[in-house]
Amino acid sequence: MLLGRVIGTVVPAMLVDELSATPLLWVQPLDRQGKPDGEPLVCADGTRMAGPGQVIYWVASREAALSLDPSFVPVDDAIVGLVDDVHNYTKKELD
Amino acid sequence: MILGRITGNVVSTIHHPVVEGRKLLLAERLDQQCKPTGAYIIALDGIGAGRGETVLILDEGSGARQILDDASAPVRSIVVGIVDEVDLGAG
Repeated sequence: MLLGRVIGTVVPAMLVDELSATPLLWVQPLDRQGKPDGEPLVCADGTRMAGPGQVIYWVASREAALSLDPSFVPVDDAIVGLVDDVHNYTKKELD
Repeated sequence: MILGRITGNVVSTIHHPVVEGRKLLLAERLDQQCKPTGAYIIALDGIGAGRGETVLILDEGSGARQILDDASAPVRSIVVGIVDEVDLGAG
């Protein structure tokens, strides 16, 4: 799983039937300091509670589909949870 | 499996049920010299690993689901071991 920030909502005009029940959000992947890292991607939102600005964690591939209900759906990235806080230990804490 | 070092944790109250009651660990990935590569991964804790420890992370979905004993768990990365020492050898 990796961190990401929701940067938008995707409103499809037409969608395959299997995906019609799932909210789609535009997500910018983040590094562990919370800085943008890589290209934005569209995630299905399994929590159904994420929105723009929210920091989330997401999974790709088969695990993305498994996070949704029903789980046999054609998605490649999905949000698994919302992040309240990321605690990066300080160098002092790690030694 | 990959080697990582636990450098943080993620706090989440709204999540998929499989995360309930489990720690989300933030691990930096290690290269062949056991130095951070710059990449990271968020893994479920399957063993009780903690701050600063070098760990073995299983980064494959069906193995992770086997450990969680849940065929529908949307999890790919899970900490499966705590590493005592990595012998880099003479090479």
